[in-house]
Amino acid sequence: MLEFFIGHYAYWLVIILLCVGIYGILFKKNLIKKTIGLAVLQISVVIYWVAIASKEGATVTTLDPNIPVDQVANYLNPLTHTLMLTAIVVGVATLGVAFTLLMAIYNRYETLDEQELLDKIQ
Amino acid sequence: MKALKISILVLFAAVLIYASADLPMRGDPDNLMHAEESITGTTVKGSYFIQNAYRDARTPNMVTVVLGDYRSIDTFGEQVVIYTAGLITLLVLRVTRNRRNDEE
Amino acid sequence: MRSKFDSPIVLLGSRLLAPYIMLFGWYVIIHGHYSPGGGFQGGALLAASVLLIRISGGRVISRLQIQEFATTPLAIVGVVLYFGTGLVAMIMGGNFLDYAYLPIPGMEADWLRYTGMLIIEVGIGLAVMAILIMIYDNMVKGEDHA
Repeated sequence: MLEFFIGHYAYWLVIILLCVGIYGILFKKNLIKKTIGLAVLQISVVIYWVAIASKEGATVTTLDPNIPVDQVANYLNPLTHTLMLTAIVVGVATLGVAFTLLMAIYNRYETLDEQELLDKIQ
Repeated sequence: MKALKISILVLFAAVLIYASADLPMRGDPDNLMHAEESITGTTVKGSYFIQNAYRDARTPNMVTVVLGDYRSIDTFGEQVVIYTAGLITLLVLRVTRNRRNDEE
Repeated sequence: MRSKFDSPIVLLGSRLLAPYIMLFGWYVIIHGHYSPGGGFQGGALLAASVLLIRISGGRVISRLQIQEFATTPLAIVGVVLYFGTGLVAMIMGGNFLDYAYLPIPGMEADWLRYTGMLIIEVGIGLAVMAILIMIYDNMVKGEDHA
């Protein structure tokens, strides 16, 4: 039972973080808060990918001459780390685009509240 | 109404946590994604990168080798994406500011 | 950033810190082959050093460091450096971005891959730095009176 908990608690924390992000996206009325929820959801996915790359007793993905590279279990999985490395930077850039669009919306309609925005559009 | 929404979200979290019980143990070196050979007989990419990164490119940092050599076209795509994001900020904000100045 | 007050201490602290952050950014890019690091992280650090001056000092002082119109050409230089490396390898007979065909004499294929990766990391770093500064500049444009 304890082994099951140690093997799975990271997934539960990631799921809680994902639900916090979905709560922000669905239930908040302000568009800025929705965008922050989107960022939290994205970070939860990043943490999940980094969590599944771990191995028991392995070292970081930089080659150490004393540790043989033939046994794969000696090193963490570098593929997921690489994918998330690019995903973080692209996430920052897309967050910049999201806030840019919010600024454009505010310049035009002078509100960021969802309901007021729908009323002004119609 | 708000209690209904939140209860739906809690239900969603409960379903996900129930489903995560079938995921492999975190940190187990015998996971399928950490194996050297997949169940269909092909090479698992992560293990291939660990074994051959230094031999192919003389670089100790495997993440750099995967980022810059094995998956370099993917990285080029990511770079074009962030470049496009920068251009979008330039174009969108300039267009809206000009329209606003015209209205005034 | 509309500056409500002038604080010389904040400006002095930022001016003290910014060159070291920029130097550390270049270290992270160049030393990315041997330690955790690379183009994306180093580019973010370079952008942090420039944005620190922009936030604390305002528009007039930060213009002395990097002009606002210079960020778009820097990003283009970064992307073209990456694309040109791949294109040169393709012209010399290999696949796109196959660094083993780069025309550098006196190197084996593995050391050529080492050099090609260093070139594209610098390209990534320049592009990321320029894009992050560009996003900030476009967002505060017209409201920066400091």
